[in-house]
Amino acid sequence: MSALTNLTIEEALKGLEKKDFTAVELTQAHIDAMEKHKALNAYITETPDLALEQAKVSDERRAAGNAGNLDGIPLGIKDLFCTDGVQTTAASHILEGFVPRYESTVTANLFKDGAVMLGKMNLDEFAMGSSNTTSYFGNVINPWKREGDDSDLVPGGSSGGSASAVSARLCMGATGTDTGGSIRQPAAFCGISGIKPTYGRCSRWGTVAFASSLDQAGTFARSVTDNALLLQSMAGYDPKDSTSANKEVPDFVAAIDGNLKGKTIGIPKEYRVDGMPAEIEKLWQQGIEWMKAEGANIVEVSLPHTHYALATYYVIAPAEASSNLARYDGVRYGHRADKEDLKDMYEISRAEGFGDEVKRRIMIGTYALSSGYYDAYYIKAQKVRRLISDDFLNAFKTCDALLTPTAPSAAFALGENEDDPIKMYLNDVFTVPASLAGLPGMSVPAGKDSKGLPLGLQIIGRPWDEEMVFKVAGVIENLAQFDDVPQLIA
Amino acid sequence: MAKVIQGDTGEWEIVVGMEIHAQVIANSKLFSGASTTFGAAPNTQVSLVDAAMPGMLPVLNKKCVEQAIRTGLGLNAQVNTKSVFARKNYFYPDLPQGYQISQFEHPIIGEGKIEIDLPDGSTKDIGITRLHLEQDAGKSVHDQHPKKSYVDLNRSGCALMEIVSEPDIRGPEEAAAYISKIRMILRYLETCDGNMDEGSMRADVNVSVRRPGDEYGTRAEVKNVNSVKAVQQAIEYEARRQVEIVESGGSVDQETRLWDPVKLETRSMRSKEEAHDYRYFPDPDLLPLEFSNEWVEQIKQTLPELPDEKKHRFMNDFGLSSYDASVLIAERSRADFYETVASGRDAKLAANWVINELLGILNKNEKSLDESPITADQLGGLIALISDNTISGKIAKDVFPIMFETGKDADAIVEEKGLKQVTDTGAIEAIIDEVIAENPDNVAAYRGGKDKLFGFFVGQVMKKSQGKANPAVVNGILKDKLSGE
Repeated sequence: MSALTNLTIEEALKGLEKKDFTAVELTQAHIDAMEKHKALNAYITETPDLALEQAKVSDERRAAGNAGNLDGIPLGIKDLFCTDGVQTTAASHILEGFVPRYESTVTANLFKDGAVMLGKMNLDEFAMGSSNTTSYFGNVINPWKREGDDSDLVPGGSSGGSASAVSARLCMGATGTDTGGSIRQPAAFCGISGIKPTYGRCSRWGTVAFASSLDQAGTFARSVTDNALLLQSMAGYDPKDSTSANKEVPDFVAAIDGNLKGKTIGIPKEYRVDGMPAEIEKLWQQGIEWMKAEGANIVEVSLPHTHYALATYYVIAPAEASSNLARYDGVRYGHRADKEDLKDMYEISRAEGFGDEVKRRIMIGTYALSSGYYDAYYIKAQKVRRLISDDFLNAFKTCDALLTPTAPSAAFALGENEDDPIKMYLNDVFTVPASLAGLPGMSVPAGKDSKGLPLGLQIIGRPWDEEMVFKVAGVIENLAQFDDVPQLIA
Repeated sequence: MAKVIQGDTGEWEIVVGMEIHAQVIANSKLFSGASTTFGAAPNTQVSLVDAAMPGMLPVLNKKCVEQAIRTGLGLNAQVNTKSVFARKNYFYPDLPQGYQISQFEHPIIGEGKIEIDLPDGSTKDIGITRLHLEQDAGKSVHDQHPKKSYVDLNRSGCALMEIVSEPDIRGPEEAAAYISKIRMILRYLETCDGNMDEGSMRADVNVSVRRPGDEYGTRAEVKNVNSVKAVQQAIEYEARRQVEIVESGGSVDQETRLWDPVKLETRSMRSKEEAHDYRYFPDPDLLPLEFSNEWVEQIKQTLPELPDEKKHRFMNDFGLSSYDASVLIAERSRADFYETVASGRDAKLAANWVINELLGILNKNEKSLDESPITADQLGGLIALISDNTISGKIAKDVFPIMFETGKDADAIVEEKGLKQVTDTGAIEAIIDEVIAENPDNVAAYRGGKDKLFGFFVGQVMKKSQGKANPAVVNGILKDKLSGE
């Protein structure tokens, strides 16, 4: 770990401005780190030449006094964002070799502010997974290890490559997408912070779709402020996405003022689930004490339909996915099995192109939308989704933000939970409800378990109130003083 | 006008409901900015959205919504200020998304009704069930390669209005009248060009038969009927097929059938069991479509006079027959042309000239009204000359082909050829005197009681005046002179 790769974005921007180093040097330091830690498999496509070129131009811009808000900052881009001229795979064989000729709105916004792209980050195939083990390009490894145990751990998912790379200092920050927890859970597993903003805050245009009504772009970084800087750049109204909100993007960095006086933090009682490790329970309690210490009121709130959230999610997300993934048919782009007959071409292209988890979800979703089952599954799930959303809005009548654990466990070892999809789905039990309600949620590293693995706390805010989320996250970050680094780079 | 089939066991009534797919007139597609111009080279009018590239999202085209509202108003239908776009999922190579964005449970337009005109001059109301907006598919081309098919996505994503009728149509003639009326209304509204040859209007026909007064029978849906004639033939064929099945003790299957315009028959495409499960669900990429009543009112203000209103006005204000009025309103441009001709002139005479002379000569020369060498003002000028006695109707019929040939104004031709009617009594008297002087025997015979010779004298006078003498004046003077005064 070089001094340059260990900087936060905030620090690096200052260093660049003071001419302590150049963007080319900063970028090269990360390219060297990527080279050294290829074994993490965090990147699907590395773009060092492009990165150095962008860094060079960035240095010129800065010299000319035209530097943008993220000028010269080397980032990782989850391989779900289409990048002009750079292969975009969604970690699927069916899109292997696909090179878009367009740039997603989110990445275009980052590049407009001067960001440098180091490459495309590995993920679960089509963002379906909680351990980054479903990628066609191989699983990602978490740079953290249990004390005295050399087993490789998963980084969480689906944005496992992004989380692992930020944690291992292979990029300064990264984009992610979060459908049911795909930013917050891997951030917690890798000991970094990550935010999923309110649904509609970032444009979905140019991002490969998993579940349209849930997908939302967000960020990973090693400080709360860095996340705020990245999100500031990515967010904003996009007329090309009908579900993006025509709302002013507030100053997120300014919101991190450490002041919780007069604020009320809600503790949802339904999140005390059976079988939750005592260490997580303890960390949660610690978080509550931190809130109190900073002058916040604590109230217990009830989110009575929480219990139904996972079941609801696993109807709605696969239903939308089954339709969204219909376009991967071998006709226009991506993998095609050349067969004489149209039906064979469809079936074999898709059978070869999609992995097991994707197929499982397409089947679940197709079933849930089928005539005769639609009312019992899809319609019912939509109704429950509304109740879950109403639960949150009710809770927010008495509090300004909610504090919960991010995940029910620390990172697990490769192969664990693999035998049973339901067990895997349980990883998202604390993140899925906020996704269903479209709320902003952030995970901040707050402590470690007995084996030395990082644990995160989640802050959930009102719709469009990322400022409150950042404010609370900043307080936790400040009091937790989590500055441990993974063994890999220590 | 209801068509009844005489079967071996008695009479059968044909029950028809129609689904018309009408391509919306708009410069760009329903959810993308790509152009909609017909006839461009394959795959040159395809946006990233139309090709369903990864990460692409639909954005609704406001113009298409406005067109659907206009059409709904023109069909006297309920406009729903809140509607929902849904995905209809199925795989086909010319359907890039793997689903069609359509409307299912909540269409933009609800119930309405239109009046159809039947050949015997009577009218009938046909209920409209709904109208919804949806994307068109692309086109598969199968004849370019022995083993492969090609796909042209130019049409992919163009906006269609699906107009669904109630099963109020009884037989082929009513179906033809219905489709013609729908096409006329869409053309008046300028929401669809109604061009069935280019596929911008297509119909699916639901046919069943029943004993008059009974419950509806099982229906078959016939697809690929792409002209008014094909609609009639397909209904006729399909109804007879169903009667034969039922009369021989069988039962009609609920199925989708395809019209074969060459063999003139319908054949099974897929049965109810093989029917697609389209797995409709609200499109999560689009918010529900909501607009204000004020906007609907604004659109209403811009509606043109519709065919039925126009027809009744022509009958009431101009004293035209139902038939003449129907002919004149068949096209909005024709009605406009007629109104220009008739403006300030004899409206009935104008109707005769437009229908019998102008449409006749255009038809003979295979020209459309747009291509007419005679403008409405010019034809009006001719009619004015008849009305003010400058020329007779007979002379007018000589002037008309010259106008058609040369594009000149009627008065110029009349002037040039000296065809003006002579009403100067002095000049006519002189001619009559000549005729009387030249035919002493006939004058004597007339005066002796042979009244019928009067026509002979008129003919002689007209001949000498080269047809220009005003017949009324000729009659008056001739009568006086012959009676010896």
